[in-house]
This record gives sequence, C-alpha cells and structure tokens, in this order.
Amino acid sequence: MNLTLHVWRQAGPDDKGRFERYEARDVSPHMSFLEMLDVVNETLIVEGGEPIAFEHDCREGICGACGMVINGSPHGPKKAVTTCQLHMRSFDDGDEIWIEPWRAKAFPIRKDLVVDRSALDRVIQAGGYISVRTGSAPDANAIPIPKEKADVAFDAATCIGCGACVAACPNASAMLFAAAKVTHLGLLPQGQPERYERVVRMVARMDAEGFGYCSNHGACQTACPKEISTDFIAQLNRDVLKASLVLD
Amino acid sequence: MNLDSEVPAGAIEDKWDKHRFEMKLVNPANKRKFNIIVVGSGLAGAAASATLAELGYNIQCFCFQDSARRAHSIAAQGGINASKNYQNDGDSTFRLFYDTVKGGDFRSREANVYRLAQISVNIIDQCVAQGVPFAREYGGLLANRSFGGAQVSRTFYARGQTGQQLLLGAYQALQRQVAAGKVRMHEFTEMLDIVVIDGQARGIVARDLATGKIYAHVADAVVLATGGYSNIYYLSTNAKGCNVTATWRAHKRGAAFGNPCFTQIHPTCIPQSGDYQSKLTLMSESLRNDGRIWVPTKTGDTRQPGKIPPGERDYYLERLYPSFGNLTPRDVASRRAKEAVDDGRGVGPTANGVYLDFRDAIRRLGADTIAERYGNLFDMYEQITGESPYEVPMRIYPAPHYTMGGLWVDYNLMSTIPGLFVIGEANFSDHGANRLGASALMQGLADGYFILPYTIGDYLAQTKLGPLTADHAAFAEIESDVSDRINRLLSANGTRTVDSFHRELGRVMWDLCGMSRNATGLKEALRRIPELRQEFWNDVKVAGQGDDLNQSLEKAGRVADFFEFAELTCRDALHRDESCGGHFREEYQTDEGEAKRDDEAFAYVAAWEYTGPDSEPRLHKEFLEFEYVELTRRSYK
Repeated sequence: MNLTLHVWRQAGPDDKGRFERYEARDVSPHMSFLEMLDVVNETLIVEGGEPIAFEHDCREGICGACGMVINGSPHGPKKAVTTCQLHMRSFDDGDEIWIEPWRAKAFPIRKDLVVDRSALDRVIQAGGYISVRTGSAPDANAIPIPKEKADVAFDAATCIGCGACVAACPNASAMLFAAAKVTHLGLLPQGQPERYERVVRMVARMDAEGFGYCSNHGACQTACPKEISTDFIAQLNRDVLKASLVLD
Repeated sequence: MNLDSEVPAGAIEDKWDKHRFEMKLVNPANKRKFNIIVVGSGLAGAAASATLAELGYNIQCFCFQDSARRAHSIAAQGGINASKNYQNDGDSTFRLFYDTVKGGDFRSREANVYRLAQISVNIIDQCVAQGVPFAREYGGLLANRSFGGAQVSRTFYARGQTGQQLLLGAYQALQRQVAAGKVRMHEFTEMLDIVVIDGQARGIVARDLATGKIYAHVADAVVLATGGYSNIYYLSTNAKGCNVTATWRAHKRGAAFGNPCFTQIHPTCIPQSGDYQSKLTLMSESLRNDGRIWVPTKTGDTRQPGKIPPGERDYYLERLYPSFGNLTPRDVASRRAKEAVDDGRGVGPTANGVYLDFRDAIRRLGADTIAERYGNLFDMYEQITGESPYEVPMRIYPAPHYTMGGLWVDYNLMSTIPGLFVIGEANFSDHGANRLGASALMQGLADGYFILPYTIGDYLAQTKLGPLTADHAAFAEIESDVSDRINRLLSANGTRTVDSFHRELGRVMWDLCGMSRNATGLKEALRRIPELRQEFWNDVKVAGQGDDLNQSLEKAGRVADFFEFAELTCRDALHRDESCGGHFREEYQTDEGEAKRDDEAFAYVAAWEYTGPDSEPRLHKEFLEFEYVELTRRSYK
C-alpha cells in the first residue's frame, strides 16, 4: 500500500516546528508502524535529509519508550497496543496519516517526535516506592496476600510509563499514571506504612511538574496501551481524602 | 594478564560466608567519601545503584534510555528461579547449582554458580518486600512453575511480565535514592569510553544524547551493567538500543573478554516476515509447558496445520527426548528446530518456522485456563502475525536472545582492570556455554543487590586511590579520542546507511557464527568482516550533526564497535574446537547429532586480551575445575 504521512518536524526545543509531508511507498501490511517509519528514514538519509527522530527501544510493547499521536490518538487507532505493536494492516492504501509528539506542558519537545518525560520519574521519586533496604526483607511467604487483591495490584502495576494518558488528556493530567502506582502499592500489605504520605507527595509533585488536574474525562483509559482503569483514579482520590484525616 | 579467579578456599557451601567475613569493610562514615559510577540501569545496574546508595556511597548512574525504567531487563517475560522449595518437590541450593552448571555444559565456575543458587532465595524475599506482584495461589502464598527444562517448579513469575515487575521494583528503589540525594541519574546519556589511570578504572567519558555534549565523569570505581551483545546479529530479541560499546571500549582499555562466542539462540520467537524487519519478538519459553512443538513428517507439506492428520505430524522433541520432551533446554530445542527447517519441513508462508500447538492443552484445560496463563502472549502474537493461537498453532523459530560471554570477572565480579566491576549479562560469569530459562533475572539481581555491594567495598577499603579531578590529562585525551571518532563518522559522507551495514554484518554473523558453526564458515567470516568494516568507515552515511539529538550517529558508533567485536567472536568460535551449549561446531557432534564436548582440551574460560588495532588478540585461559558436579554428557533423553 502507499500512504501519505504528515509528520511533525521540530529541530530542537526552541524551534517552532511544523508538519512535513512524506510519501511512504510499497508498505507491507505486516510491517510495524515503526518499521514503516524506518523505511521512510532510510530513504531520507540516502537523499541527504535528516531522519525523523522518534523514541523506541524494545519494540514489543513493554519498555514504554515509543509513543506518538497518530491521527489524533496516542499510539494510533488500535486499542491496547503501543505504537511499536501497531501494524500497518490497521491502515488502508491511500490513507493520510498525521503523526505528532505527545503534547503537554510537562513534556517539553526535544526533537521531532521525542519528548522529555523525566517529570514522570520525578513523580515516582516523590513516593512511588516501598522503603525497604536491601537485605532487610522477611521470607517472601511470610506476607500472604489474597489472590484477588494481588491480581488487582498487578493490573495497576502493568503501567509502562509511556505517557499516553497525559497526551490523551485535555488537561494533560498524569492522574492515571500516578493512580496506577498509588493503587499497586496501596493495595499490598507491604505498602501500608507509607500509603497516605505517598499519595499526598505524589499528587503534590504532579502539580509542581505542570501536569493538569483530572476532570474525569476518561480519555486516558481509552489511550492506555495496558488498559489501566480509571477506577484506580477513584482509588487515588479516596486515599487523598483519607490522608487528610490520617495525616497531621 | 592475571586471571586469578580469587575463589576462596574451603567447602563450596562455606565459601561465600567465609569470604564475606574476610572482606574488608569501609567504615560507615567513610562510605560517603567514595564516588562510584554505574553504567546501565537494568536489573543489575539499578539494584547495585540503589543498594550502594543505601549503604552510603555516592552513585552516578547512567543510561541511554530516557528513563532508568526502560532498560531492556523490562522485556524479560518468563520468570526468575530461586531454590525456595516452596513446592516441596525436592529443590535445594545444591540442585539449582547442579542444574545450572550442567545446563551451562560445564563451562562456568562452580563457586560462582553455587553462590548464585544460595542468594537466589534472598532475591525473592527482597522483591516481594518491594511490592513486586508475583503470581499467587488462592491461599495467598506465592505460585511457582516449572520452566525451561527444570524438573522442579522453582520459577517465580508475574504473568508474562516478570522482568518488568522486577525492574520496576529495582527502579523504584533507585528513584528513592535519587530523591534522597544519594544517586545522581544521568538518563539519555551514553558511555563512550572508560578512563584508566595508573592501571585503575577512574571514570568514563559519556555523551549527552540530547545536546551532543561530551563529558568526563570521575569516580573511585566503575561498574558496567550494560547487558549483552545479541544485536551483533542485527535481528535479535534485544531492544534496538542494546549494544556492545561499553564492554568493548573497556576491553580495548585492558579488560579481558570471556567466551565471546557463547551466544544463546532462543527457541521460541516469531519468525521473520520480511526484509524491513527491525527485530524479532520472543514468545516466552513458558509456552512450552503447554504447547507441543511439531512439523509435518513430509517435506514441502503446504497444507494448513488443521488439515494434517496426527499420523503425519512429527512431534520431534517428544520423539527424540522422551523424558524432557518439549522442555529440553534452549540450545537443544533451537538446534532441532533449525534442523527441521533446513530439512525442508518448515511451516508458514516462507517455510521458516515450526509449530507450537496449544490444541491439546486447550482441550485438556479449557481456553480460559490457557488464557489466564498466556493471554498476553497470545494477544501479542496475534498483534504481530494476525493469527490467533487459540485457533491455529503458533509459528516459532529460534532467534538470538542472550549472550553468556562477556567481560571476564573474578569471584568479586572485578574485571582485569582493577576498579572496573562488571555485573549482570555484561559479564561472562555464571551461565557457562548455555543459560537456563529464568536464570538471567536471578543473576542480574544477585550481582546487583547481594554480591557487588560487598565486593566493591572490599576493593575500596584496601586500595590506595589518589585524588583526582576531570582536569587530569587522561580525561582530556580520551574526550578527544571520542570526539575524533564522532567526527570521522559524521564526515565519511558515503552512500549507505548505518542500518544497511548493520543488517549485512548481522547476516554474516547469523549465517557463519550463529546457531551452528564450522571452521570453513568462520574463516570466511573472518575474511569478510574486516572488508565490510573498511567499507563501513569509507562509505557510511550518517545524517545530521554531532551537537544535538542524532539517532543516526548513536547507531553508527554502536555498529562500528559491533564490527570490531564480531571479529573477536568469530575468532573465539574458531579456536574452540568442540561443541558445548550454545556453541555448536558442526565438526564436533555425536552420531545422534548432539554436541560433543572436549573436556580434556577445552574445560577453560577463553579470556581474550586486546593487543592493538592491527594485531591479533592474545588468548589466556582460566582452567575450570569441577569438584562437586561430575563432568557428564548432557542428556535429555
């Protein structure tokens, strides 16, 4: 199939940026979206141009590095996949495809489709962990956890930190990202001692990083390649409320 | 070159305890005076950084990804071994040790492997305490499964995402130390060389990938946790960014490289679909617990799998290895798949795969149970191939996956450069010639959480280190080496892209130094690789400049190093006139086609010393002694 691409090109953080048009010819339906871009880039390089910069690493949907807004949807039209797992069989011959970076105040653009997502690391630094020193753990089976609870904690823990939730949100909120971590750790007995401190500090950090507030729009859940549920945002809100009672 | 393994004396079960007592300690108040650089933030690097920081050292941790959480450990699917014996099925430290030494085809160091088995149980405790959501049974206790050829259920797992969950545990511990001011993270920064002063590793030179700026970083010790080099084959299951640069640069500065030809080809990956293919996707080996591997008995059989009657299917692993069946170790399963495809019995549109069939398991257990066990893997498979494994058998084929070879280290995980430590997949240590499933995560975390933090203290406590700043001439010299190299790559201005060269190198390596090798082919590779390398430097076209984000340049530097390293790998494969583990030399096999080791001549670690750009590397040997595990032929019949 042949496709027309409109790709956001921006030389650096201070450049204004613009869309540029490229023709992708003889695209196989078995290619991944990133392989299609690889082929476009190879041609660009040979012709003396600069390839389109985009992030990617594992190319199997788990590292969270890749991510672009494709025709208005983070990670493209297919549900529950990352950009690297999107295959060209999801498109038709003659399609025009618009490709943009994540857009959020907290994610400054580095170049083309590459954004700086270090704000998400700083949200984790604010409390997204259980404080346990190496060597001080009790026997693993000394902490039984009911399977149902462990399974829900797991569902929350599957977040890959790609930032699609932020890109999808009209307020550029990182609420789903934070809620996933708060729920994962807050459901486990190991996570109880720091539960309320954690949620308060992570929420404060999100605000400081310039992420917007959550207005229950729900676009994050739709965009999430790991299908993380907005129920976890409700859980976060409950914990914030409880924290105001529990903490001094 | 000194290849003293520093293995402590005494009975194997007491060595590590005794050594821990004998090692010198750094006074708690003095720890904050030491600066340690850790390159890599995967399981080994993140665990080491977090643990050393907890102890009080000042850590600088580097990763080329934009976040420490994205290191390639994240992609490990299957699980992590530990000899907890929670299943009461006869596991023990000694059994895990024995299985690992035997699985590695007797090319690893007994004392290291025993320590790994001992520590395995602490890892699970640590990870659970961090909140890693391992699979559990209804009673709330941890679940286990049998994995990758083990006859006991000792593998702990987190659906098909064990690596991700373990890495997030280590990453969170690391971020906690970043917040505490004890770790300074340098994300999006790539190490390009190591600085050795007066024979000691004292720092690195790295490039900020966003701005292109080159910086020197000074330290009292350097730790490489930079993973493996499977991308030498271009197509592998590794992430696109995985590379050999850090370990290769260290090798060129004096670190011996151990057993580079020991590469592992994983039996269960999705076959290649076209020339544009950028990587191969692994399907967890756990699938072999319930899936049955087969090909048609007839060659060139193009019928749909459902149309092939039972009598015309060859379940070749079950036939050849009745006691292990579909769970034979990776090297054996891979080689037998290659044999079937080479024999003209391959399946799929390009006849380059074998079936992994769940029909019988679905009939026996129901689709729901299968979905619970492998749902995300089935979805991933369908995403890539457009076929549902619930309805048609998966097609799989082996792909490069892990490298047992790596920088040579002693029992303390120190390389032949004093002060340079190497952990995780980057070192050669524990897996011999073949790694067992679910043992990579175990080794990465054992090195990072529980071994290096002790041994590095011993080094710092008894080593005299002069005061040093980045103004030292050695840093300026290496910075200028690094800049020159970048300028050479940018100014070549030829006609071919970096990827086209990488693909060509990969093809040569896969054909001539891949799943099976022979002397004629390896000699051919040793002739072609230098030619291709020359062509690369003359004709490569790297787009853009050096002073900003330039992914084409990043790749070029990595591929340039792969070219040099490829030669060493082939040379190592050529010199080892035996078959063992992942190293299958066609000349050395039994009548039944099994690997034929030569323990008389080759029971050693081949540690190669760099001697300069135009001279051959020098081979040193660390002879391996087997006191506790009897050298036997591996048999999975």
